[in-house]
Amino acid sequence: MENLKEVILQYVINEYLEDDSVEVTFETPLLTKGIVDSFSMVSLKRFLESKYEIQIPDDRATPEAFDSVSKIAELVDEFID
Amino acid sequence: MAYSKNVREAYQGTLATIKDAGLFKQERFIHSVQDAEIEVEFPAGAAPKRVINMCANNYLGLSSHPDVIKAAHEGLDSRGYGLSSVRFICGTQDIHRELEEKVSEFLGTEDTILFPSCMDANAGVFEAILTAEDVMISDRLVHASIIDGMRLAPAIHDTFKHSNMLHLEQKLQLHSDKRIKVVITDGVFSMDGDTAKLDEMVALCEKYDAMLFVDESHSSGFIGKTGRGTHEYCGVLGKIDIITTTFGKALGGASGGCVSGRKELVEMCRQKARPYLFSNTIAPVVVSGVLSVLDTLSKSTERRDKLEANTAFWRKGLTEAGFVLKDGNTPIVPVMLFNAKLAQDFSRDLFDEGIYAIGFFFPVVPNGQARIRTQISAAHDIHHLEKALTAFRKVGEKHGILGKTKQEIIEKYGA
Ligand SMILES: Cc1ncc(COP(=O)(O)O)c(C=O)c1O
Repeated sequence: MENLKEVILQYVINEYLEDDSVEVTFETPLLTKGIVDSFSMVSLKRFLESKYEIQIPDDRATPEAFDSVSKIAELVDEFID
Repeated sequence: MAYSKNVREAYQGTLATIKDAGLFKQERFIHSVQDAEIEVEFPAGAAPKRVINMCANNYLGLSSHPDVIKAAHEGLDSRGYGLSSVRFICGTQDIHRELEEKVSEFLGTEDTILFPSCMDANAGVFEAILTAEDVMISDRLVHASIIDGMRLAPAIHDTFKHSNMLHLEQKLQLHSDKRIKVVITDGVFSMDGDTAKLDEMVALCEKYDAMLFVDESHSSGFIGKTGRGTHEYCGVLGKIDIITTTFGKALGGASGGCVSGRKELVEMCRQKARPYLFSNTIAPVVVSGVLSVLDTLSKSTERRDKLEANTAFWRKGLTEAGFVLKDGNTPIVPVMLFNAKLAQDFSRDLFDEGIYAIGFFFPVVPNGQARIRTQISAAHDIHHLEKALTAFRKVGEKHGILGKTKQEIIEKYGA
């Protein structure tokens, strides 16, 4: 799980941050803080699905479920098992 | 009547919030034609003041050019004022088709379809050509009208960092299983004045079998050796699958826009694009005006050459005066001030000096990147630009920012 969180955090940093001035942790609210917009969630979902060879149903990929690295990791973990 | 006191007060509250946030937009009345010098009533009620205009999209100075006005008059006399119809009922005259053909010739495309505006072209095109099996991959700084158009389309949407080709390539790989992939960008970015790397984008699109969409609203008529646009500038004429552009900026400045590109895509728009099907045809006066503009531009590059020389003069002058500019070589020249209040004060002081240029700040540009966006025109003569430079220097001196770096300006004023 820790490893999963690290992978997701690294992806978020590379994908969404334009500079190093913003700090993101496992618990930072991604959507409500405007770091990820709902449009860009698509790439995150696709990245996770192809990396972990899973399918996350659209009705589970809600803005709430994607609002922090920890929450995303929980969701992904559920489908890996 | 159901506009109750509560409803009215709710709206008044919302408007007050916009005002309190300093985001309330106030229009200024212009009492003259659009040109290098205009007469502006500001503040409302004041006697109109003659100022040099540094913020119009009138890049080629054609908005009130005698030849264009004459052509518009002729169109008015021979084809009337309006058609009171959408295109496919009884709103297509010979000159509408003639303009579509002329635009294709000018842009080097297979076919063209006119829209009431480029906003409408961008709003309609994606929904008309894409399905849920497709993907749109857009630069993160594309124009608002493209964002609205993508929202209306059934395809999934992803973005890449501004002009970052490595990131774009990753996205093309990520979505390689999609039926149709469209990469979407502006040719020249309207807030920053930088240019898309269309040569590299064409190469990536060929490698990953994707279509390329370019909004050329701030390039058509003057970017590239003969003014065809960013695709000419980047050496990829004929390789852009979809171009949208406007007639409301360099190409006469009245109104109207189009989708130009692969003929099947244009035909799909004619069959399916809702802003085309359900909105009135472009007025004959406008069509006649744009026809004469394209005719003039095809014969001579004089106007875009003058614009290029003016732009070089202006960028050099501002740089030597010690301003921080955004890199680029287009006639959109942003003078960076970083702080929103400084941008507003600067604009007001310029107006007192007889120069009209507007401050832009969040949310139009990212937080901490406030600026005065100047736009150069072929209507400007060097004496206009010299006067404007003198005013910029004087106001820059007053605010103590000449020769200062980004960090120093932010330290002084905050971001
Ligand atoms: C890049 C871009 N695309 C589209 C438009 C919209 O053009 P029009 O005024 O024809 O609707 C604009 C104008 O603001 C623009 O800057």
